[in-house]
Amino acid sequence: MATPRIRLPRSASEGEEIEIRTLIDHPMITAVSSADPRDMLASFTATMNGETVFSYDFGNGSAANPTFTFYVRAAAPGDFSFVWTHEDGTEYRADESVSVS
Amino acid sequence: MTFERRTFIKGAASVALVLVSGVPLRADNHNDWQGWREQLLAGREVSDGTITLDLPAVAENGAQVPLTVKLDSPMTAEDHVTAIHIIATRNPAPQIGTFHLTPQMSRAEAMTRIRVAEEQEILVLAELSDGRVFEQTASIIVSVGGCAT
Repeated sequence: MATPRIRLPRSASEGEEIEIRTLIDHPMITAVSSADPRDMLASFTATMNGETVFSYDFGNGSAANPTFTFYVRAAAPGDFSFVWTHEDGTEYRADESVSVS
Repeated sequence: MTFERRTFIKGAASVALVLVSGVPLRADNHNDWQGWREQLLAGREVSDGTITLDLPAVAENGAQVPLTVKLDSPMTAEDHVTAIHIIATRNPAPQIGTFHLTPQMSRAEAMTRIRVAEEQEILVLAELSDGRVFEQTASIIVSVGGCAT
């Protein structure tokens, strides 16, 4: 559970548009209509070179195994991190690099 | 087997529980999407503007419905989309999620997957850096509802 998978290009030119796809295995149990205890991610944040570029707040209508596709302008040095924060505060993190020249 | 009072009470309680949970929950009685929309608008009026909301007209599986939102925006520091809120009008809760966008994004476009419990309108509100808010809706029919958890 909660294994992040990220797809982005290995390299890009400065300012070039890159597509980023993310996926994490998570049941996203709302406990609205099941007896299972609530088990929900609260937010997702993508940063590039330490600066937030895209984020998402999860509501009950967000699907299990949350996935995102979004587009950013590549900036050197191209250090990306992706953090999913559970409602209980647990963080799941993936770090990736794009060689930006 | 002897009939005990305690057993009878337990039995009666579980029967009552079944009866209560057997009452069909009408999503529109509980989903205050209008209230959530008002809260997000925070007194602002909706402006004329275009949002492209890509949602299948019919979803086989309401638990995993792809949704893409796009706006025509230069995504510069001066002029960009700051947030896109996704609202369900007939799910048990109106909150689907909110995208937060930044000028580092090359397009005002994002895709995710949502849960759709039954046939309804999905509504999106987009907030722009100049303070304007745009709105768009799309209708969706689902074969199997997606709120089993």
